[in-house]
Amino acid sequence: MSNIKEPDPVFTKAIIDAGGKTLDLCYQCGTCTASCPSGRRTGFRTRQLIRKAQLGLKDDILPTEDLWLCTTCYSCVERCPREVEITDIITIMRNMAVKKGYMADQHKKIGASMMKTATTVPLSPENSALREKMGLPAVPPMAISDPKALEDFRTIMRKTGFDKLIGGA
Amino acid sequence: MSGKFGFFLGCVAPLRYPGIEKATREVFKALNYELVELEGAGCCPAPGVIKSFDEPTWLALAARNLAIAEKKGVDIMTICNGCYGSLFDANHVLHEHPEKLKEVNEILKDIGLHYSGKTKVRHFAEVLHNEVGMERIQAAVKNKLDLNVAAHYGCHFIRPSKIKHLDDPERPVLLDELIEWTGAHSLPYKDKNMCCGAGGGVRSRNSSLALEFTAEKLKNIKAAGGMYIIDVCPFCHLQFDRSQKDVKGYDIPVIHLAQLYGLAFGLPRSDLGLEAHEVKVNL
Ligand code: SF4
Ligand code: SF4
Repeated sequence: MSNIKEPDPVFTKAIIDAGGKTLDLCYQCGTCTASCPSGRRTGFRTRQLIRKAQLGLKDDILPTEDLWLCTTCYSCVERCPREVEITDIITIMRNMAVKKGYMADQHKKIGASMMKTATTVPLSPENSALREKMGLPAVPPMAISDPKALEDFRTIMRKTGFDKLIGGA
Repeated sequence: MSGKFGFFLGCVAPLRYPGIEKATREVFKALNYELVELEGAGCCPAPGVIKSFDEPTWLALAARNLAIAEKKGVDIMTICNGCYGSLFDANHVLHEHPEKLKEVNEILKDIGLHYSGKTKVRHFAEVLHNEVGMERIQAAVKNKLDLNVAAHYGCHFIRPSKIKHLDDPERPVLLDELIEWTGAHSLPYKDKNMCCGAGGGVRSRNSSLALEFTAEKLKNIKAAGGMYIIDVCPFCHLQFDRSQKDVKGYDIPVIHLAQLYGLAFGLPRSDLGLEAHEVKVNL
């Protein structure tokens, strides 16, 4: 058995169609990898990820941890001489991975928090008390304190299917 | 009044560091700006996570916030790079792609909202720099702050520069100037533009990797003699503040620019909410 993998143009095209139209501009100079703070401390190589995307090696991309090592810092995007929208391409592939069910439990929890309170973090009693001490309402005037707004927020997530994506919150 | 903005709170500031919210309100009041409440607004939604999970959901939730501001007839001002990144970028997408605006409005119809694309999205630091300006800020400074500080820009403030056009993405000066206007000295330090490590869902999924980023920044800031870290993003703020109990050997207080301005403008300390900070601020 050889190690050579078959390119999959269908996957590449799906990335381009989803908005990654600059993907084929990459000429593999490696500036992105050299700029990447994540690649400095992990095995993550931006240039390699983009090459794999060009070849459509979806099984080498979608299930991997690498796809989630990017902090979306845009350093690579600022420096890429070909103006490849690297971060957007990574986002598109992350969306594809999530659709296939490759989603970390911690990330599902953030999704569930969005469904519950329309925020990513909880409000502790200490911070509520601090808010009041400063003359602010105990709970901020956001969806979290407004049942109608909260329901509207959830309606959107149900319409887009986000509730199912995170495992049915 | 010199103007008004819809004040977008986001999640981390009001829920974890409410002093950032309070200081912003007081600072802009002192500068004669009206901050209008965007009641019912939700999470921006956090770009690193929600956009990574499902772009259409991200776009629709962001559009809901944009529509709430549009209905009030105000532009949005954020105090967080994540909110800025999310709302500014979503607005840009909706401008460039009328078909996406249409799709989003199909969804918003169900909750009785419509977005026509009128809301502008601003970052509070950029408003201070480009709109309020040096003269009025220096006139409002009551306490000259003689401190050596390290500015942390964070990723989603001036990048991607192609759509934001705020400053040079490699050698920005905007935040350094804002700091210097209070009398404080903004130090140069190694890899000043580097990410705090928390973004892109990395803090939640791989906290040890996020911590490695932060540890390197802390090392470089300490080496340069930074007494305080000044940020413009509650999420970077949280990462720097909370990480210092895991990365040993550091005790550098973290102050959001709105809080620094509160100090410089002579606001009572009780308006700054510094109690919420892990690393104690003794100023
Ligand atoms: S910097 Fe741009 S052109 Fe160079 S390898 Fe990376 S994506 Fe390709
Ligand atoms: S945006 Fe992602 S891939 Fe690009 S340099 Fe930053 S961490 Fe690396």
